[in-house]
Amino acid sequence: MTTDTVSATGGAGRAAETQWDLWEVFTQEGEGAPHEHAGSVHATTAEHAMQNARDVYARRGKVVSLWVVPTGAIIASAPSDAGPLFDPGNDKAYRHPQFYKTPRGVRGL
Amino acid sequence: MSRESGIGNRDSGNGSADGWVAGAKPATATSGVVENPFFEYLLRLADDRLVLGHRLSEWCGHAPILEEDIALANIALDLIGQASLLLKLAGEVEGKGRSEDTLAYFRDAIEFRNAQLVELPNGDFAATIIRQFLFDAWDVLVLERLTAASNQSLAGIAAKALKEAKYHLRHTAEWVRMLGDGTAESHARAQRALDDLWPYSAELFLSDAIDAEAVASGSGVDVESLRARWRQTVDRVLGEATLTVPKDGFAPRGGRTGRHTEHLGRMLADMQSLARAHPGAAW
Repeated sequence: MTTDTVSATGGAGRAAETQWDLWEVFTQEGEGAPHEHAGSVHATTAEHAMQNARDVYARRGKVVSLWVVPTGAIIASAPSDAGPLFDPGNDKAYRHPQFYKTPRGVRGL
Repeated sequence: MSRESGIGNRDSGNGSADGWVAGAKPATATSGVVENPFFEYLLRLADDRLVLGHRLSEWCGHAPILEEDIALANIALDLIGQASLLLKLAGEVEGKGRSEDTLAYFRDAIEFRNAQLVELPNGDFAATIIRQFLFDAWDVLVLERLTAASNQSLAGIAAKALKEAKYHLRHTAEWVRMLGDGTAESHARAQRALDDLWPYSAELFLSDAIDAEAVASGSGVDVESLRARWRQTVDRVLGEATLTVPKDGFAPRGGRTGRHTEHLGRMLADMQSLARAHPGAAW
């Protein structure tokens, strides 16, 4: 891939014609917790993807919510972009909260 | 499911002296006289689930795609779990010291009380899905009623099982739509499975004196009264799936009194072989 951003599989359904579309599954393990990436499933429709996600990733745990997203809808950064995108953050100490001293008397931080 | 192999002995249970005559006293193929009708009633509920659960488990490792392999195994485990609870309760109700394992593994086919629909071989994937869908649509209605059973243990089991059954129905209804409204081949296979299996669904709505006694005691379901609602669900989903509802006609029956197709015995030989080779084994 030469573009700056790449779709994670190059588009839903393009992987192989005999395969169903790929969907990414996100699970939430409690009220207020973040939805975290759990894995992926193959499915033909959104409802089908939801059911497969439930059966594969939510049958044993304490999952309270599921998201399924067509893999092709995810825009991923390219490995070659790692330098420009992520390196600049590390050389400026004042960008980290630890750089600042907490004033006396401040509670709840 | 190939037509050549046949899916059931269509002549089985087609007699008139099989205990289904209105007002006849409860009788079974094994004993002739029923000592404990509620025990018999619980066996009917349990055996549907045990047998169908085992049939579904035969797909494990063979389903068309990994996700569906897991889905079918999940449903199988749900059904076997329900059967285990119901057989445990049945053993207590019987009061002869038989555990759920004894009841599952040390009864012969003639002592099983499941409807014939659930013992039929899996056939192809369409047949498995159609059979499961016809059962699930019925099962949800039965369990809804049983949550109000006067027997608290049974009501509790039904409440737990109902959550599972609602998901089973959601899953199989979606598959019926996908197969029926899919390719020409998936449509043809689904329609053929529906035509083959439809006659067996009638037995789910038959009742005899054992059912009537359970209903009278507040712990049974009048299955006949569920038929209209079942048809609503089934007709709607089959319509969305562009499948044609078969006409009602000859309907095999007899499973509830121990008259089964030749397929159940073979299935039990497989299911029970380990427990019978090593009685009392633990792991």
